[in-house]
This record gives sequence, structure tokens and C-alpha cells, in this order.
Amino acid sequence: MSSGNEIIVGGHKVAHHFESAEQEFQASKLGIWLFLCTEILMFGGLFVGYVVFHNIYPEMFAEGAKHLDWKLGSLNTVVLLVSSFTMVLSIYYAQTNQSKKTSNMLLITFLCGLIFMVIKAFEYNHKIHMGLLPGELFTYENAQTANLAMYFSFYFLMTGLHGSHVLIGMGLIFWLWLRSRKNEFNKDYYTPLEIVGLFWHLVDVIWIYLFPLLYLVG
Amino acid sequence: MEHDSHHIIPFKTYLNILLGLLFLTVLTVLVAKPVSGFDAGVLNAFIAMLIASVKAGLVAAYFMHLKYDNKLHLALFLISIFFLVVLFAFSWFDIITRIQQLSTL
Repeated sequence: MSSGNEIIVGGHKVAHHFESAEQEFQASKLGIWLFLCTEILMFGGLFVGYVVFHNIYPEMFAEGAKHLDWKLGSLNTVVLLVSSFTMVLSIYYAQTNQSKKTSNMLLITFLCGLIFMVIKAFEYNHKIHMGLLPGELFTYENAQTANLAMYFSFYFLMTGLHGSHVLIGMGLIFWLWLRSRKNEFNKDYYTPLEIVGLFWHLVDVIWIYLFPLLYLVG
Repeated sequence: MEHDSHHIIPFKTYLNILLGLLFLTVLTVLVAKPVSGFDAGVLNAFIAMLIASVKAGLVAAYFMHLKYDNKLHLALFLISIFFLVVLFAFSWFDIITRIQQLSTL
């Protein structure tokens, strides 16, 4: 009966089924990468559908894109890129044992996510007032091309799924911020920062493709 | 014990990557037809996706640490991209070899 084999590294107790902190770290990273693969394939299916229908109805997609404000889209792209930068800096400061800066960076990342969602809410609000909505909810009167509702089915499904990822990411980053204020992260233990960071960057990568596809390529 | 996946990338590298990403964002906006009127015809979408892929590559290599990480993670990432390409290619060849029937709804 051996119960005295606890491994504590960087203030973190390694789960009993791991041999070492390093093994635990690697297992966590493998897990999140497998999850990210399923995310890529889920969003990928929507992207393939978008490209196929864009090819069949190019004029309709061009008209749909005109209803989107590329300035707001660009602003949101910059906000997400900056948030990715601050997210990775939170890990950098944990790796160099500057815990105050780690929690500041997490807070900035969270606020960037919030700015992104507020801008998105303004955009959605505008579309809802114009009646630019999916399927039978579509009530816009001045459509120049047939099937314009399909563009907004893609728009709301893709940005909505992406937005829900941003909200989940914000929740996780807020949780990390609370933990970082208790000095839980340091150079020997920053696994949660790394895992949530990888998720947050993937959400950023998806927006990097969504932005030109929806707002610019008309 | 120093392990590859704990490699610390210098602050300056992260900053340069951010500046590169912002530059590419400006570039993709500037070459967009609705913004500047620049029109390369069928290449418009191709150019936009190419710039997006360079940006995604920078994020994956540096922010997601793939460049210095265990190569298993890079392999997983590339395998998921490969299957996405398979999905795209088969759907595409299916659609373009059909007789087009446009809905008039």
C-alpha cells in the first residue's frame, strides 16, 4: 500500500495515474490537439458547403457580402489577433515566473473577447432589423438575387458557431484569470494556460478564414 | 530536464508575429474588390485564402508552438487538414460534374 508517492511540481499535484509532471503535460496537450482536430473538421464541413454554394450562386453571395460591413469585420480581426498575442504572452510570463503580468494578460485577453462579442452583437442587431435572416425568417424586400436567405443561413450558422466558441473561451480565460490571481501558475506548472491558449488560437484561426470569406470575397 | 515543448519563445518574436499578422490583415483588406476595387477575377478568392493560410500558419507555428513542439501534434493538425481537403475535393468534383439545375425560388 503505497500512498506516499505524491508528485508535486510548481505547487500542482500530479494526478496519480501519471508517472511525472512531464507525462501529464504531454497527455493534456495530446488530448487538446485531438479535440482541435474534431473542431477543424466540424467547421471544415461548413466551409466546404459555403464554397460549393458560392460557386453555384456567385451573384447571390456577392449581394449578401455587400450587406456586411468590412470595417467592423476588420476591426474584429484586429481585436482577435491582439487577444491571441496577449494569450500567448500570459504563457510567456508564466514560463518566466512573472505571475502578476500573467494575470494582467489573461484579463486583457478576456476583454478583447468581450469587445469582439459586442461588435458582433451590433452587426447581428443590424441584420435582424433589416430582416436579413436565414430561411423563412428572411423578410428583406429589396433582394436583387434569388435565394439570398441562403447567404444569411451560412452567415449566422458560421459566425454563430464561432461566436459560441468565443464565449466558451472567454469563460475559460476568466477562470484562468481567477486562478492566476491565486498564483497557481509558474514556470513548472502552466498546463491550463497552454491548453486554453491552444483552443483560443484555433478560434482565432477559424476567424482568420471566416473574415475574408464572408466580408471580402463577394 | 529541458524539453522541446517547454521552449520559451522570446517576447520579440511574438511581437514580430503579431505585427506580421496585422500587416497581412491590412493587405487582405486592401486587395479586396469591395474595398479597393482591385479585381483579379477568379483569383480574388484564391488570393484571399492564400493570405489567410499564411496568417493561420504563423498562428499555428508560433502562437500554438507547433514549430518547437512534439511533432506528433503537428502530424495530428496536418492529418485533420488532409481529411478536410479530401472532403472538399470529393464534394467539388461531384458538384462540378453534375448538370447544373439552378433553383428559381
